[in-house]
Amino acid sequence: MTLGITPSQTVGPFLAIGLPWPDGPFVVPPGTPGVMVISGQVLDGNGTPVPDALVETWQADPDSRFDHPDDPRGAAAPAVAGFRAFGRSATDPDGNYQISTLRPGALPCQDGRIEAPHLDVSVFARGLLDRVVTRIYFPADEANAADPVLAAIEDPDRRATLIAVAHPERPESEFRFDIRLQGDRETVFFDV
Amino acid sequence: MTAGNTWPASGDLVLPHYPAVAGAHPPLDSPAYKSSVLRAPKQPLVPLPQRLTEITGPLLGAERVTAADADLTAGHPGEPLGERIIVTGRVLDSDGRPVPDTLIEVWQANASGRYAHGVDDHPAPLDPNFDGAGRCLTDSLGRYRFVTIKPGAYPWRNHHNAWRPAHIHFSLFGRAFTQRLITQMYFPADPLFPLDPIFNSIPDRDARTRLIAAFDIEQTEPHWALGYSWDVVLRGRSATVFETEEGE
Repeated sequence: MTLGITPSQTVGPFLAIGLPWPDGPFVVPPGTPGVMVISGQVLDGNGTPVPDALVETWQADPDSRFDHPDDPRGAAAPAVAGFRAFGRSATDPDGNYQISTLRPGALPCQDGRIEAPHLDVSVFARGLLDRVVTRIYFPADEANAADPVLAAIEDPDRRATLIAVAHPERPESEFRFDIRLQGDRETVFFDV
Repeated sequence: MTAGNTWPASGDLVLPHYPAVAGAHPPLDSPAYKSSVLRAPKQPLVPLPQRLTEITGPLLGAERVTAADADLTAGHPGEPLGERIIVTGRVLDSDGRPVPDTLIEVWQANASGRYAHGVDDHPAPLDPNFDGAGRCLTDSLGRYRFVTIKPGAYPWRNHHNAWRPAHIHFSLFGRAFTQRLITQMYFPADPLFPLDPIFNSIPDRDARTRLIAAFDIEQTEPHWALGYSWDVVLRGRSATVFETEEGE
């Protein structure tokens, strides 16, 4: 049996009624050792902040595992208490989102390659009839060079849109990742 | 490198795959919908092979919902105004398999077509007994059920005399990142359908029709509420077997 899938529609301007959770931005509870903050702005084609977007993140735990039965390595309870693997942040009036999480581990591929630490990201907003999907990678991670997803993007400027920027004084615990929906430095978005 | 960083060494490995369905979703670039003009990406999307991060996803459980969350008419001193309705159905994948225990979140305008949101300046009354947000988990057969008020149509600024057909926003997770879906459920025979650029952004007529609930006398409760049925179909899942070198 094959059923037609239900099409996507935009979240519209009022997603704040139904989607934000008080604990959404906290992938781990505040105060968890090793916590880091990823924040940034969602920007439109004019560089104007998008105040009515929702950013969601999904990632492996620091030991490279998922608490999910479809992982062929088996579901693994979170290595750190309270780790949810999923983050959700609505943007504020200045288009800012923020997620507190732990750095994910690298992931094995069937062909023996290794995916560098990354978060999968969904962005929803008024004006987007379907979500757009991107990835956050970390700067100065030696695994990035061999990452098959980054390697498939030939233009280094485009590839760079997927790498977060470390805070100059707190390079292990604060990262900036802006999401440009359009424009000269449009973020790479994926067809998944 | 941690132990989690290596692929299992032996045995046939089954990694689910969620094939995309071409043309099922509206194109991001849909200029009739004005808000898309500065927000839809212009660069072609880059193919992302489905690996571990994509075939897993948040399995958000019962801790996020209470039974009262599925009744949008409850939780206030009085009853909201409007036509009380039941919206129910199943969440399935495209192979017809139910998606159990998955979180559904909904939000909507009130009976007057006004959202309980500071940005909504439509001069229609707010309802002190209606916030317009609800959530529930599907049961073991993928079923869900909300009690709410039929939302009103409302004007917007997309074009001259633009009105949105009445709708309820639905957010669904499924069991994998690839299945995440946010959409809108519409009501039968809405005269605004031919005029709405969001509804009509879906190129395929049959696909558009899948967003329209059916009036359902079986779900209608006598002397209490009209029933509407609406199933949601998420991307289906095919298992692909990869043989390891040791298995050859």
